[in-house]
Amino acid sequence: MSTIEKNVPGTRELADLVREQEEELAHLRARLAEWERTYDATPQRDALFSTSSGAEVRPLYTELDREGSDPGNDLSLPGEFPFTRGPYPTMYRTRLWTMRQFAGFATAEETNERYKYLLAHGQTGLSVAFDFPTLMGYDADHARSLGEVGVCGVAISSLDDMERLFVGIPLDQVSVSMTINGPAIILFCFYVAAAERQGISAEVLRGTVQNDILKEYQAQHAWVFPPEPALRCIIDMFEWCSENTPNYNPISISGYHIREAGSTAVQELAFTLRNGFEYVERGIARGLDVDSFAPRLSFFFDIHNDFFEEIAKLRAARRIWARRMRDVYGAKKPESWRLRTHAQTAGVSLTAQQAENNIVRVAYQAMAAALGGTQSLHTNSMDETLALPTEKAVRIALRTQQVLAFESGVTNTIDPLAGSYYVESLTDLLEREALDMFDEIDALGGVVPAIEQGWFQGEIAASAMRQQREIESGGRVVVGVNHFMEGSEKIEIDRLKIDESVERLQVARMAELRASRDSARVDQTLAALRHASSGAQNLVPAILDCARASCTLYEIRHAMEEVFGSYKEPVFF
Amino acid sequence: MSESIRKIRVLVAKPGLDGHDRGAKVIAAAFRDAGFEVIYTGLHQTPEMIVSAAVQEDVDVVAMSVLSGAHLTLFPRVKALLDDAGADHVLLTGGGIISEDDMAALDEQGIGKLFGPGTPTTAAIDYIREWFSTHEAV
Repeated sequence: MSTIEKNVPGTRELADLVREQEEELAHLRARLAEWERTYDATPQRDALFSTSSGAEVRPLYTELDREGSDPGNDLSLPGEFPFTRGPYPTMYRTRLWTMRQFAGFATAEETNERYKYLLAHGQTGLSVAFDFPTLMGYDADHARSLGEVGVCGVAISSLDDMERLFVGIPLDQVSVSMTINGPAIILFCFYVAAAERQGISAEVLRGTVQNDILKEYQAQHAWVFPPEPALRCIIDMFEWCSENTPNYNPISISGYHIREAGSTAVQELAFTLRNGFEYVERGIARGLDVDSFAPRLSFFFDIHNDFFEEIAKLRAARRIWARRMRDVYGAKKPESWRLRTHAQTAGVSLTAQQAENNIVRVAYQAMAAALGGTQSLHTNSMDETLALPTEKAVRIALRTQQVLAFESGVTNTIDPLAGSYYVESLTDLLEREALDMFDEIDALGGVVPAIEQGWFQGEIAASAMRQQREIESGGRVVVGVNHFMEGSEKIEIDRLKIDESVERLQVARMAELRASRDSARVDQTLAALRHASSGAQNLVPAILDCARASCTLYEIRHAMEEVFGSYKEPVFF
Repeated sequence: MSESIRKIRVLVAKPGLDGHDRGAKVIAAAFRDAGFEVIYTGLHQTPEMIVSAAVQEDVDVVAMSVLSGAHLTLFPRVKALLDDAGADHVLLTGGGIISEDDMAALDEQGIGKLFGPGTPTTAAIDYIREWFSTHEAV
């Protein structure tokens, strides 16, 4: 049923219409059969005609592929249930996606300079990349941090570091995304306390903390605590944020890392959404009203090479989320049904060989993200397979988004590929396959049991191996790597190198901090946190107190770990 | 010429805090398919843990995957610990996001060949086989 029908026809006219339509379809079928004969009689290229997920792609899609489809229910209009055509009614006609480049390296001061550079070049949001010690909850002066401080991101071990990171950047005006998971609740508290020091109250903060631990067990592996206490921390944040930071997303449910670890587009879609529903179920089990936290759940998808499959993936994701949130979890607010997402081009698709070609890959992927209706976007820099990106490479990546947004014309109309026989068929296919995978996960006992059995990890590793074999056999073409290799030998890209002095400086700073703070207050707030951890109360206030008392990241982590224990992965390959 | 009948034993190791193990798992599976005996350490290993596993499992090769940029710290550390443990006959090789300059610097410190992004798994397999055949003969 069309929602924009103006005249309702009578029964007789309706019968005539149906007959006419049937005749047209019969005619089309006959012509298609003829076309197929021509097609079969013509030689075809020796190539892999399938999506990246392995689904067959037919040479032609027609109206016949849409028979039995229900555009009124499946597509609707942008900003309307089930949001296939976009989460907002006016999309890029009102506001372009947020251009948000993920950045962080060395010290807080150096990263702060990069943020100011990006903002000066027209970036509209910030995204913090932490170093590995921070991601794992270790201080810069911890033995396990040796050699890794400030190398892959910025080192943030205390509230002081967080404060330095945002000097001169008003946190009530810029939205900040933080990629942190295992110790997310701690870094979030550093952030709220840093805003306090700027004189900004929590309720005006806009931004996102990734805080998606399930995909860490499945794919990226930056965990701290075992699943149950880790999930408790996440639900504590849902609860605290719904009351104190109404404009802040306490989670970004992420397919990105699942995909980068080797999954197919279908697995990325299914695992990510199923993880999302797990969080919803945990929130409901806590006794929270689903509509109190669901509107602030946000998503993060990878945008890989297969152009149409990626567009279809984002459209299918919105539809699946909306339907289940309403029909399975009983959400009543449209904001709870609406899937909003960040997107990033696929790091794993970049090649070290002929690295300049990556600019082109990123541009196509970025266009797919825009056609899929993303709310924010990071475009990778061409040199990321070699090292952290240089300023020049980051600027080209940002300019790629600006060319797309302001020159290509794809932002002029909303969901321009709607109604495409192929894109709609692919959207339906991805939805069906994702639902099948939900059943598979449920048969294993749910998300956490499937993690404990190593199921996700095994599925992802098998897909990665399959792709590697396709590339090594030459069946899947990677330009500059297994085909068109002339000129691949020499790498002529400037590289950003992190000096060892960064580690020395951070270690010295930690010593200063430990010497200058009120140690009685440190002990007292940590004891209160241990106590709160063994009870059932919300942990955010206790961790905020620790942050304000200049407890370090590892001290806070350790206090919680004493109660929660740590996670041991099931090892296999 | 005596043909070796013993399988090549390889410890695939993931040192440091980085959890990106796609490469480590792919190479471990490729080594196994190539007929090597493969032991995988799992994630977040210290150099001490890796060397202890190498000695305990009596491996011929330690292959480390390092994507975190900490390779200039981790490779020499593992090499020194292997030497200390009397396991200087073990080949220490690996791969990851490692620049050619850094590869050259590590080569000078007695680390085996390192492989960058986009290397086919067969390149590492051939290298290990060749190394093994020359070192078995000695």
